[in-house]
Order: sequence, then structure tokens, then C-alpha cells
Amino acid sequence: MRISPKHSQRIAVTVMWAIAGLTLAVLAFIISYILWHGLRHITWTFLTEPPQSMGREGGVLPMIVGTLWVTGLAVLIAAPVGIAAAIYLTEYTREGRMTAIIRFGADCLAGIPSIIFGLFGFVFFVITLGMGFSILSGALTLALMVLPTIIRTSEEAIRAVPKSYRDVSFGLGSTRWQMVTWVVLRSALPGICTGVVLSIGRSISETAAVMLTAGSAMGFPHSIFESSRTLSLHFYILSREGISMSNAYATASVLILSILGINLFAYWLMRRFVAKAV
Amino acid sequence: MKYKIQTSSLNLHYGSFHALKDVFIRIRPRMITAIIGPSGCGKSTLLRCFNRMNERTAGVQIRGHILLDGQDISQTGNDLTQLRKRVGMVFQRPNPFPLSVFDNVAYGLRVHAMKKGAAVGKAVEAALRATDLWDAMKDNLHRSALELSAEQQQRLCISRLVAVEPEVLLMDEPCSALDPIATEHVEELMRVLAEKYTIIIVTHNMQQAARVSQETGFMLLGELVEFGQTERVFTNPADKRTEDYVTGRYG
Ligand SMILES: Nc1ncnc2c1ncn2[C@@H]1O[C@H](COP(=O)(O)OP(=O)(O)OP(=O)(O)O)[C@@H](O)[C@H]1O
Ligand SMILES: [Mg+2]
Repeated sequence: MRISPKHSQRIAVTVMWAIAGLTLAVLAFIISYILWHGLRHITWTFLTEPPQSMGREGGVLPMIVGTLWVTGLAVLIAAPVGIAAAIYLTEYTREGRMTAIIRFGADCLAGIPSIIFGLFGFVFFVITLGMGFSILSGALTLALMVLPTIIRTSEEAIRAVPKSYRDVSFGLGSTRWQMVTWVVLRSALPGICTGVVLSIGRSISETAAVMLTAGSAMGFPHSIFESSRTLSLHFYILSREGISMSNAYATASVLILSILGINLFAYWLMRRFVAKAV
Repeated sequence: MKYKIQTSSLNLHYGSFHALKDVFIRIRPRMITAIIGPSGCGKSTLLRCFNRMNERTAGVQIRGHILLDGQDISQTGNDLTQLRKRVGMVFQRPNPFPLSVFDNVAYGLRVHAMKKGAAVGKAVEAALRATDLWDAMKDNLHRSALELSAEQQQRLCISRLVAVEPEVLLMDEPCSALDPIATEHVEELMRVLAEKYTIIIVTHNMQQAARVSQETGFMLLGELVEFGQTERVFTNPADKRTEDYVTGRYG
């Protein structure tokens, strides 16, 4: 039996709708399940006090601070390096064996499981460089982990800038650096930001790599040379060791809400900046 | 100085492809010179020699001399930034930056750090006046240049050049993305600009060459076949190939 074009179109649309709907439904289910179990345990005390008796009681303030430190520092290190690498790859070298090797390397790094980065960070930063379990070790490890993402997304964004902008800028006698900073980066900014936001998300949700590098101390971190437990690691430990499921869900809820908040803030910032640039 | 730009035995290769063959051309100052010829004959390539934009392409080899005001610009070590300030280029498709009208015109001023503070605003105004855009733009200076009409965008691109006070304007088919009325306006603008600047225009449109230019060069397969007063080239060409082309018998 042959299906008429009209019918096959109908079927295709229905199937795609169903698949998209299913994906969204699963996502919505997971998030609402966690928020349902977690939100009611989030109190002011939970957000503003340190944990007690391994996290059975008390709050998660040190973990919030630790997460901010580790993630913030990681992105602060990875973003400039990654964007600089992308600029070099796109604007300052001709395509050749060298760029192909660098790109291949970045793609390979992007596919390595985070636990391997954790192990490397543990051996290199924690032990060899003697940084111990610390926010700095964790941030450096995460920076290495998200670097390929930042390089590749920035590279794509820079490549998407029309060639004519470069022609005009050179035609007016600008140097390469003026062209890159005044025209190319400006147009590529939304794409670059997307990569950075993705990296923030990956850093916040990472557990394996930070466990081996930032450690799991529950105290309030006073400097980046101290160990600190991040929210996602706290959640992992609370639930795996069966310490307190209600506090685990509450921690997860804080995590989800803050990732949501960061994304919204990033998009707002991007919209504002883009609107101003244009 | 009798000639603004002069080349002698200019040869250019893209890899093994011989794109310009022994080109000898003399461009007079403060005039419009048109370059015509069939697609792929090397018009754009020749134009890009005058501001050394070909060197951005990999595998380009250039031999011969190009004199600007009697000075050889093709010597290595010459200051490209300074050359491109003196010899500016307008492209086929209007291509303003995705910035405001003001920032577009001020771009070159900032590149060359030519003006400071309030003087930037003055220079922007003067450049917009030079292309007759000021009245339409004075209340829209902070609008995105991408929102303008095609004609306004092309005028803006010319303003952006004029702002850095160049001596030569290279125009590569500047009207091919414009409608006939806008084309007429831009041609009128070119006539006005020619009082101050040396203009070289590449065009596919022979009527346009005949209308705006004082001198015309006809190119074919990388050779400059004929060069002379526009009227003579069109009415009494010396070369059979030119005659075939201007009478529409070619290709
Ligand atoms: N980057 C390049 N690499 C190799 N060949 C090129 C390159 N650019 C141009 N060419 C060749 O050089 C010749 C001249 O090109 P050019 O663009 O100067 O022609 P043109 O007269 O401006 O044509 P058109 O009227 O279509 O714009 C063409 O045959 C083209 O294929
Ligand atoms: Mg051309």
C-alpha cells in the first residue's frame, strides 16, 4: 500500500510532535519531581546556615559559597584562554596541519569523561603542585574540562561573522587587532556567551571531578586554598550515603533554581548587550 | 603630478592562473575612471591592487610597479594602514557594520585615531553631509545601520570612507545591488565627489560607464585591451575586441 504525500506529511508531523512532547514531558517530570520533594524543605535557615551532623540538619550556605567560587573561578580562567585560542585559530593562522591538530585535540578533550579530568587534577594540581584539596585545584580542573567547549563554540561564532566585515575593516586601514576587537568579537559575542553559559552549567553540575580536586570539606571556605564542597557534590553525598533525602532534594532544588537563574540572567545580559551593539 | 596612479608591467598570478597580464594603466587625478569588461576578466583584481587587498588571498603573486603620486606602493615594508587610509574601497554589496550609523562613520576615525572628543562628531557630520545623508540621519545617528535602505547603506559606506579623508575611492560595482533610481542618485553623488577625489569604478553596466566616467579602460582575459577618453572608447574604439564588446557583440 502506498501512502499519499499528504498522509506521510501528517504522520511525520505527528511522530515528531510526539517525540518532542515526550522529551519535554520527561524533563518537566524530573524537574517537578525534584522541586516537589525539595522546595518545601527550603527555608531561610537552610539557605543561610552551615550544615550540622553531616548535613542531616542545618543548611547549605558553605556549599553555595563553594559552588560560586569553584564555578566562577573556573569560568574566569577558561573563558579568556578559550576565547584567545579561538581568535588565534580563526584570525591569526592560516588553516593547516597545525590548526587541524589543535582542533582535533580540543574535540578529543571534549569527549573525555569528567572523572578522568578529576583524576588528572588530583594527580597534578592536588599532589604534584601541592595545592591540596582546594577551590583552586577544583577550579583549574574544571577550567581544563570546559576549555574545549569554549574554544569550539567561540570558534564557530567567530567564523560566522561575515567576511565582508573583515574586508571593510582592513580596507579602512585597521590593524588585525582593531578588526578583531571592534568588529569580530562584537558580532560574535552572543555565540561566545552561549558557550560560556554552557560551561557554567557544566561546572555547576560536575561532581566527580570536584570530589577529587576541591574535596568535600563542609566548613565555610575562607580562601581559594581551602577545600570546599559544591552543591552538586553535597547532593551526591547526602543521597548516596542515605544521610537525608529531604535535604538532598532541597539541595537539588537550590541547584536547579540557580542554574535557571544564571541562564535567565545570561540571556538578559546578552539581549541587552546585543541590543546596544546593534 | 599628472597621474594619480600609474602601473607598469603589472602581472598577477592566483597560484598558476595568470589573472593580470602586463597591465599598464594611468589614472588621472580628480576624475572618474571606469573599468569595464566581461565577468572574470580581472577588473576587481586590478582594483584590489591599488590598495593591496589581494595580498590577503593565499597564493597571490604580484610583479611590476604601482605608483601612487609617483611613489611605489608595492614595495614590502610599506605601511598598509597608511596606504588604505589614502586609497579607500566601496564594495559591491552595501556592507555597513552592525553598529549605529554614527559608529559606522566614526570607525575609520577611530582606527587612525584621527579625531578626539567633539571633533569626532564634527567629522561624522561632515562625512554624512558629503554623501547627502545628514538631513535624513541627523536624528537617527544611533539607529542600527542595518535598518537603512540599500541606497542609504551604500551612501553610508561612502561616508565611512570619506571620513578618513582619502585621496582615491575604488568602487567595485557600487550600484549593482541598487534599483535604477538609487543608482542614478549614487552616480550623481560620484560626480560631486570627483571634484575632490580620484574615483575608479568597476562596472558591468556600459551605460553607467558612459554616463559617469571621463576615461574608460576595457579589460579582457587579464589584459587591458584599450584605455582612453570614455567618449572615444565607446564611439571610436581602436581595438576590434573593444568594438565587439561595446556594441554588445561579445559573448
Ligand atoms: N582568490 C582567487 N583564487 C583563484 N582565482 C581567482 C581568485 N580570485 C579571482 N580569481 C580569478 O581571477 C579572474 C579575475 O577575477 P576578478 O574577480 O578580478 O574578475 P572580475 O573582472 O572582477 O569579474 P566580475 O565581473 O565577475 O566581478 C577570474 O577568472 C577568477 O576566477
Ligand atoms: Mg569583480
